[in-house]
Amino acid sequence: MELTGAQIVVQSLKDEGVELVFGYPGGAALHIYDAFYSQEDVRHILVRHEQAATHAADGYARATGKTGVVLVTSGPGVTNAVTGIATAYMDSIPMVILTGQVPTHLIGDDAFQEVDTVGITRPCVKHNFLVRDVNDLAATMKKAFFIANSGRPGPVVVDIPKDVTAQTTHYSYPKNVRIRSYAPAHKAHAKQISRAASLLLRARKPIIYTGGGVVLSGAAKQLTTLVERLGHPCTNTLMGLGALASDHPKFLGMLGMHGTYEANMAMYECDVMLAVGARFDDRVTGDLKKFSPNAKIIHIDIDPASIGKNVSVEVPIVGDAGAALEQLLDALDHTSVEQDTDSLGQWWEQIDAWRDRDSLGYDASDEVIKPQFVVQKLHEVTLGDAYVTSDVGQHQMWAAQYYGFNKPRRWINSGGLGTMGFGLPSAMGVQLAHPEAAVACVTGEASIIMCIQELSTCRQYDLPIKIINLNNRYMGMVRQWQEFFYDRRYSHSYMDSLPDFVELASSFGHTGIRVEKPGDVEGALRDAFAQKDQLVFLDFVTDQTENVYPMIAAGAGHNEMVLKPLPDGSAPAERELA
Amino acid sequence: MRRIISLLVENEPGALSRIAGLFSARGYNIESLTVAPTDDDSLSRMTIVTHGSEQIIEQITKQLNKLIDVVRLMDLTEGRHIERELMLLKVAAEGGAREEIKRLVDIFRGRIIDVDGETYAIELTGPGDKLDAFLGAMPAADILEVVRSGVSGIARGERSLRL
Repeated sequence: MELTGAQIVVQSLKDEGVELVFGYPGGAALHIYDAFYSQEDVRHILVRHEQAATHAADGYARATGKTGVVLVTSGPGVTNAVTGIATAYMDSIPMVILTGQVPTHLIGDDAFQEVDTVGITRPCVKHNFLVRDVNDLAATMKKAFFIANSGRPGPVVVDIPKDVTAQTTHYSYPKNVRIRSYAPAHKAHAKQISRAASLLLRARKPIIYTGGGVVLSGAAKQLTTLVERLGHPCTNTLMGLGALASDHPKFLGMLGMHGTYEANMAMYECDVMLAVGARFDDRVTGDLKKFSPNAKIIHIDIDPASIGKNVSVEVPIVGDAGAALEQLLDALDHTSVEQDTDSLGQWWEQIDAWRDRDSLGYDASDEVIKPQFVVQKLHEVTLGDAYVTSDVGQHQMWAAQYYGFNKPRRWINSGGLGTMGFGLPSAMGVQLAHPEAAVACVTGEASIIMCIQELSTCRQYDLPIKIINLNNRYMGMVRQWQEFFYDRRYSHSYMDSLPDFVELASSFGHTGIRVEKPGDVEGALRDAFAQKDQLVFLDFVTDQTENVYPMIAAGAGHNEMVLKPLPDGSAPAERELA
Repeated sequence: MRRIISLLVENEPGALSRIAGLFSARGYNIESLTVAPTDDDSLSRMTIVTHGSEQIIEQITKQLNKLIDVVRLMDLTEGRHIERELMLLKVAAEGGAREEIKRLVDIFRGRIIDVDGETYAIELTGPGDKLDAFLGAMPAADILEVVRSGVSGIARGERSLRL
């Protein structure tokens, strides 16, 4: 069949099974937009800013495991999208970003709305293409989808000059794709698996530490089986929450900078560590010199470059997390090595003693709304079954610490890049993927403003997202660091001249509710979630001085946590060092 | 530790900048980088000389292998290999110095490839340290221009970097 380049783009999306595209039109993309006009198979969601298109596609991908698709125009369309592309890249999210480009004969001439898209996105994509010949277009689309959602997933940009979208050629979508230089490993090496099995069984103080890779690989079930088979304690990274249910008795909570005392102490003291789909990020490890000094580390990752990057590893295992964990379970069934259950019992006694410190405890109040309390109530009201997106800062950490995720793909946040403005647009992608589900965007008054224009998109497509705004009138995490490390010099972290969020929401056609008393929190949440077809903006006026605890300061080790202040209000420097 | 990494990369626009970009973004050293087409039209061969600890070199090779445009990679320094670099020089050559320079060129098995009344153009091939030694032997004041190609390398014996 003879098609124009623009029609090939749309037809390729259909043939790829794409349901949703998030985009914003502009000159170089107009032929493609014209091809969207006369069809209904692929639904286009019109956002209000290209950054939001990428975050929405990203949220859709995180909630479903499918590839998120974005369509933007050249120049500023691309530069606006870069933040979202980099966000997806840092968290290994499968996305295909289609970008209009000026016609081929103008490339390099500083043409109107021209930017070197391939050059500007190169450091933050898994791969990118510039399609100069319409005959290469269908095959390039196929390659882009294949690369984006295989191996370690990531965003792939396809840059398409306007003249290429006008030219015609015979269309057939390739069934298969082979890229000679790209063959991601799937199964792990059997010998390494059996070494890992022996090490795990002989461990006296084991810990299983898992990250976003387990969620991406769909390996939550295998992980749970392994944890139960071995009886080992398990901690998740910020990106890995939900892989093991938060109410599982072997779950120690999140680890890292704002992880629990028991998770971080167990990391520090362990003798064998099984890391799965985690990349030893600096927010997780703290000071590498003080990182798990006695641990023999087994590291399962699909990306060989992640293994041995930050810490040296005893047993490197390259492979898909789910496949490798299944192989490991199989190896445990076929080994003669006996498990050291006595030592494991003593290890759990130690861990339970750490747990008794109740590092996530906070001082409840009848006077002022505590942000942690809002998140706990959110869990109760949604029965722990909501999709929760967040922005970046204190509210993000409280959502991670207190919501209690029991399923994978429910916790959607920008972990690697830490992008403020991510919460609302990503919630749109989640809600479009799961129209009937409860979707909450836990945010703060500073973050939500960064993509507030998307309230308009939410109105257009009737997205009944519940915005949980933990409004403390500060960029809370910045304020916290200034309190701890800059002698309380709160430089530019106070949010002055804020809008009336209730009125703001209502001007976009939504419902807004302001909540000022702790006693009203639960009722407001119940009221909001009862409105199934309405976006509700809940503006919780929260304690301005609340800090995120526990905390490992940058440059400190896992055994040097700052726990919440003593009731006498000792200064941070004098606080109990664990 | 000095390493010579040989790559076969897709002969496509942008492949070079992906590789150069990787080195600059991650703060790896490049001492030299050469690239040219091969007997296979679809492939270019690249030789990168870099420095780093064992851990850094391992990361460099893993990160390079991750690039979709990198088809094959070999760390030549892991086995027996030959390295060669071409150097072109222009030196001031007047009076008694002309004979002296010619003798030095002969000792290093170089060639004088162009001559005029005041200068010689010299061609010299060899491992990088040989070229360094020649430059050390030449009086610095006489050197007018130095052009080095960067190192090319190939493994000895059975080891081959090919598809």
